[in-house]
Amino acid sequence: MNRSMPRLLLAPAVGTLFLWMIVPLGMTIYFSLVRYNLLQPDQTGFAGLENFEFFVTDPSFGTAVTNTLLLLGSVIGITVGIGLAIALLINEPFPGRGIVRVLLISPFFVMPTVNALLWKNMMMNPIYGVLAQVWTAVGAQPVDWLTDHPLFSVIVMVAWQWLPFATLIFMTALQGMDREQLEAARMDGANYAQQVRFLYLPHLARSVAVVVMIELIFLLGIFAEIYTTTGGGPGDASTNVTFLIFKQALLNFDAGVASAGALFAVLLANIVAVFLIRLVGKNLDR
Amino acid sequence: MTPRRPAPFPVATALRAVAAWAVALLLFFPIAWLGLTAFKTELQAVAVPPQWLFAPTLENFHEVQGRSDYLHYALNSVVTSVLSTVLGLMLAAPAAYAMAFFRGRWTRDILMWMLSTKMMPAVGALVPVYVLAQKSQLLDTQAALIIVFALTNLPIMVWMLYSHFRDIPPEILEAARMDGATLWQEVRLVLLPLGMGGIASTGLLCLVLSWNEAFWSLNLSAAKAGTLATLIASYSSPEGLFWAKLSAASLMAIAPIVVFGWFSQKQLVQGLTFGAVK
Repeated sequence: MNRSMPRLLLAPAVGTLFLWMIVPLGMTIYFSLVRYNLLQPDQTGFAGLENFEFFVTDPSFGTAVTNTLLLLGSVIGITVGIGLAIALLINEPFPGRGIVRVLLISPFFVMPTVNALLWKNMMMNPIYGVLAQVWTAVGAQPVDWLTDHPLFSVIVMVAWQWLPFATLIFMTALQGMDREQLEAARMDGANYAQQVRFLYLPHLARSVAVVVMIELIFLLGIFAEIYTTTGGGPGDASTNVTFLIFKQALLNFDAGVASAGALFAVLLANIVAVFLIRLVGKNLDR
Repeated sequence: MTPRRPAPFPVATALRAVAAWAVALLLFFPIAWLGLTAFKTELQAVAVPPQWLFAPTLENFHEVQGRSDYLHYALNSVVTSVLSTVLGLMLAAPAAYAMAFFRGRWTRDILMWMLSTKMMPAVGALVPVYVLAQKSQLLDTQAALIIVFALTNLPIMVWMLYSHFRDIPPEILEAARMDGATLWQEVRLVLLPLGMGGIASTGLLCLVLSWNEAFWSLNLSAAKAGTLATLIASYSSPEGLFWAKLSAASLMAIAPIVVFGWFSQKQLVQGLTFGAVK
């Protein structure tokens, strides 16, 4: 075995990934500093920090950042909280456990555009939707979810998709628990609440960290659910940073401003990532 | 599987079973409802109160194929997800092999760097990738989606293969090398048979992720190379009262991958957590 062989084997993956990172990043930095509108190719020239100023002073900007953080926080909170409860619930054998597992994990495999339209139409439509009919049945006024609570609606869709993921991870982690320790605790008369508090939750700490990190990676980029349902509206009520940049780039065709926004998104992701990698990184590499 | 112990309190077990079934059915309900609606007529689909019993019709499936050429988009989905997975594996497997069996000073740093590229939001690269695709005539082509899917999944693939390869005792590979096996023989006769499980589950995960990918397919493809995710998105018109057809198209778009997911859930978890939870 040649000594340079490992490097040769590593090179294609590292090289392409490096290009995939550095070329778009370089171009984004360049675009962010020039006037560049896809529909007005005659407008060129150095723009200085104009694009950044435009993006940041856009009244939608603050809303988009708030919405992004709200979406992240709510979905992570809901999925971790309920996911833990469900995982503990189905940790002991009961009739039909296998089928329950299959039913529980299914939403995770539904593609985001189907998820969005399914909820928008069949579930949340204020007249024909299932929720409206349930509301009517109990004598309440049906709610126009997407118009009156757009961000909440998106949160519900995304949480529905990611709850199975969290549940599945916690379930897997619980199966790896030390049975004898649990038996011993039961023998010593520990009640269920004590077992959860002192045995289950400490064991799950690492899985919670992993779930939070993975969801963060995917949730910062939530796009299809907003694109296919609310279109960011009404107004900016359900626009996140990703969708705001998309609007600048492919609806307003202003590549310059979109690039300035993209750099901001990268910065936001890095702030979140740096402290998370510190937190979780040492857990990941054995 | 742990051996089943006799349940200590039958009542507690019964309560647990009822609660678990209730939660599972509630969470699965939207998918079940989608499945039912796919077989209704458009009138039945919006009936108030909702109809549970009806004569199922296959009309919607014919309509979806006839009107929006479902098979064209399905073929795009199959081609892009399969080829991007193959491309990704070809790049990731050698790298994972090198890092798992020839650890160097930088191995850990390279792995962390790869993970950190996954933290980059896709939208950060939207304008450059769009412009590059436009300039190189790759906009709305399968090739563009294949390359982009492979690259976005590459960090996960390297991590997952790496954690699987680390479970193979390096002594076995060394023994083969001692016996004079070439690199190709070592890979084909030792690494592939031992690492097949890991390679398969990595491939599965990437198939699922590419099949469901919506950001890049919505932005880089349209009528020609569009995947099922874009076909479904085109059903989001404001009037939108053709739920039965929407449901039929959706059902055909998700059914293959949901069933696929049922059979490979365990591997998928390992993949998505970079092997950190087993």
